[in-house]
Amino acid sequence: MDIVTRCGVPRYLHNDLPLGNPLGPPGDRDSQRLSVERALKLAAEVNVPHVEISDLTWPGDGNWKSAYARIDDENKAALLKMGEENRQKKAEDKDNGLFR
Amino acid sequence: MSEAALMNGFIEYMQRTRLYYRAQGFDNDYVWAHFDETPFHRLTKSLADCRVTVVTTAVTHSEIPKPIRKAESILFTDAPDRFETSELAWDKVTTHTDDRQSYFPLEVLRQLVNERKISSLAPHYFFVPTQYSHRATITEDAPSISAACLEDEVDIALLVPL
Repeated sequence: MDIVTRCGVPRYLHNDLPLGNPLGPPGDRDSQRLSVERALKLAAEVNVPHVEISDLTWPGDGNWKSAYARIDDENKAALLKMGEENRQKKAEDKDNGLFR
Repeated sequence: MSEAALMNGFIEYMQRTRLYYRAQGFDNDYVWAHFDETPFHRLTKSLADCRVTVVTTAVTHSEIPKPIRKAESILFTDAPDRFETSELAWDKVTTHTDDRQSYFPLEVLRQLVNERKISSLAPHYFFVPTQYSHRATITEDAPSISAACLEDEVDIALLVPL
């Protein structure tokens, strides 16, 4: 939500779901179809840039919101290591001409 | 609506991403691209007369190294049953991407064509790589997708990023 509204897009349907399943939870065909129909309706009906927040919710409790990109004492060292590996890989890619 | 009100209850991805990268030892925070004025084009047809396509960040050709992936135009008939998604930053703690229909609405769009709610599905969908470079996205990937949409006579492009 914050990234897309910062970017500024003509029409935005926000489903408040974990990243990875923007149209609806896995296997939930009704929600997935509803998302596409709502998006098409937005395309057809709004006359100015517009954000619509849907009423779809993720099944279960809301704990997924605190789990995403969590940083705590348990993963601190692993995150630093991941960053170092990432920087090293980027440098290697650059040396090998793999960049845009 | 103020930003605080807008974010009430929603994950603040920008702030969380900044902290996550800082925790990985990156010194410079990412700066997100934005329009000073949001572009907008009114639809001049009814939905039933519209041709629709999809723009996805899910990877079709994973054999191309991530740093040099560019926007691609791919036939819907060549869409993989399983896209490659492992290199994208979705919520791997909470969910999975085993159900293609949760992020790539091919079946639903076909149903809507059969029900005559939209006119047709475009021949191609489009891959857009997740890129740190504003330049690559704004001056290369987006214009190439836009041109391909015009060629396919697309009326509506649904951007469905993971």
